[in-house]
Amino acid sequence: MWSYLGKRLAQLVVIAFVISILVFLLVHLLPGDPTVTILGPSDTHQARQELLKQLGLDKPLYEQYFIWLWNILQGNLGQSFLTHETVASAVGHAAPIDIELIIGSQLVAVLVAVPLALLAALRPNRAFDRSATTTTFGLLSFPSYVAGVLMVDAFAVGIHLFPASGFTPITQSLTQNLRGVTMPIIALTLGSVAIYFRLLRADLIATLQEDFVTMARAKGLSTRYILTRHALRPSSFALLAGAGISIGSLLTGTFVIEYYFNMAGMAATLVDAIQQRDYLVVQGLALIISVAYVIINMVVDFLLTLLDPRIRRA
Amino acid sequence: MPDGHHDPPGDPRILGAPAAFSPAVDAEVGQVARHLHTSEPATPTGSTSKRGGLGVVFWIAAGWVGLTVLLALLAPFLPLQSPTFQDYSVVNLGPSTHHLLGTDDLGRDMLSRIIWGSRDSLVISIVSVVVGMLIGGSAAMVAGYWGRKVDAVLNAASFVVLAFPPLLFILAVEAFWKPPLKSIELWKLVVMFTVVAAPQLFRVMRASTLAVSNREFVVAARSMGASTWRILTREILPNVLPAALSFALIGIALAVIIEGALAFLGLSVALPTPTLGNLINEAAQIYNLKANPTAALWPSLYIFFLVVGLNLMGDRLRSTFDVREGNL
Repeated sequence: MWSYLGKRLAQLVVIAFVISILVFLLVHLLPGDPTVTILGPSDTHQARQELLKQLGLDKPLYEQYFIWLWNILQGNLGQSFLTHETVASAVGHAAPIDIELIIGSQLVAVLVAVPLALLAALRPNRAFDRSATTTTFGLLSFPSYVAGVLMVDAFAVGIHLFPASGFTPITQSLTQNLRGVTMPIIALTLGSVAIYFRLLRADLIATLQEDFVTMARAKGLSTRYILTRHALRPSSFALLAGAGISIGSLLTGTFVIEYYFNMAGMAATLVDAIQQRDYLVVQGLALIISVAYVIINMVVDFLLTLLDPRIRRA
Repeated sequence: MPDGHHDPPGDPRILGAPAAFSPAVDAEVGQVARHLHTSEPATPTGSTSKRGGLGVVFWIAAGWVGLTVLLALLAPFLPLQSPTFQDYSVVNLGPSTHHLLGTDDLGRDMLSRIIWGSRDSLVISIVSVVVGMLIGGSAAMVAGYWGRKVDAVLNAASFVVLAFPPLLFILAVEAFWKPPLKSIELWKLVVMFTVVAAPQLFRVMRASTLAVSNREFVVAARSMGASTWRILTREILPNVLPAALSFALIGIALAVIIEGALAFLGLSVALPTPTLGNLINEAAQIYNLKANPTAALWPSLYIFFLVVGLNLMGDRLRSTFDVREGNL
């Protein structure tokens, strides 16, 4: 177990290192100049050079990279060229929004998808299963931004049930917070419900045809008991792997929804920084998002090994 | 093999992929494939496919997608108003005989804007997936058939690229690379989408190739002295082609959605050129929603049905393909 964890951790370090190089190069090799945003386009060449020097951007690229890396290793992600807010504090403002949206939508998705899949797998190809399968297939083709727009159309403009935009931190007002995140969370939930339902249903149906289930039936156990106690666990591998991918893609996938509902989450902060050529903020956020993505996948891998110890030996 | 029946027959873990990358990462591989349509091995729901053909649903979907593409192609020849023609006497109208889907806040014909708007969306999605398939797919066939070092290198490369969130890449390039000409802007998007699609398609195609490359008929061809080129094109290609087509269709559907998202954010082709995404975005501004709540509906439905059609085609192709493979 420990050697397994150690191996995965070593991998994480290597991947994070590669990603840090990619992020750095992506930001620095593409055209654009932070001094233009800071000084405005009409300032003198000299002032520009001075500022570059001040920001440390006149040094050779590899040197800049190692300075950045060295600072990160000491826990310092740097600060914005423009606002002088530290990257860590920017993340502190933005991340709670993403975390709430992601956890909320995935929780709802699992709570909806698992019972649906259990019911559908109980009698495959019958009316309930067919309608649920068709509906979820439709949901897969339903982009979150379309869902968001249609919901705002109906529930914010049509009847004033929810606010059309804005985010209130939980610490300020729980009810305002919940009212604000309801529609974004539903918009993000739909696709995940469809994915989880389809993964779990297919696996459940396959599992229910295995010998040990027949055995359990022969022992006279109730179908409900077999479904929840025998079949669910061995059927949830794909579901878990799917959850990893789903959450990972939501790290940036929430962006469209955050944009439409006017919430300044991680991705929105990142885009602002990109447009202002705020290098350190871009690099810091991009690195955090990428590493979070890898970590989520690794946690899922780890959970999979808990579900099925055979994987560890593979 | 824990999630055995989901993995394509040639599980990469068995066939000497780096053991380091285990299921969750591997699962990411089939992201496009596995998520959109979980194949039903034990009880195929696609009962129609058992009888041979692709089924009615497939052809209805294909007909719809075909119609969409045809409308986009023929847009200049259709009796449509110019999509950018503004007529302030007919602002925010509902559907009528003059304007089948009504008009927007500047009096522009919605139907015309949607059909013209689908052109750029479709060019970006289709070209990028086709090119991505040519690049990623051929690399995958080489990697899957040759195995060993070639495979290890290409495989590792694809993982590094995949670990980098695609939206991040697109956003960064969008912000930093401003092409001077408007016509190039479209191709910039095509290039970006290709870069994102190729490694994904590589992953799924590699799995398909692995599944075939050690089958009896390939071994037989090799033992008869067939050249590698012949084996790749005559033995392996025909067998991975249905899967490739199905991945491509679903890839196009995904690309349409992502292009819509970018356009929705104002990061795709610049206004006033309509695309499906920026049509939704324009109509979805609060003041527009209040004045004309249905304007957001039409482009939304258009994207939805286009994507459903593509997904249905891909799904049906795949389940038919799986059934056939079982019979081999």
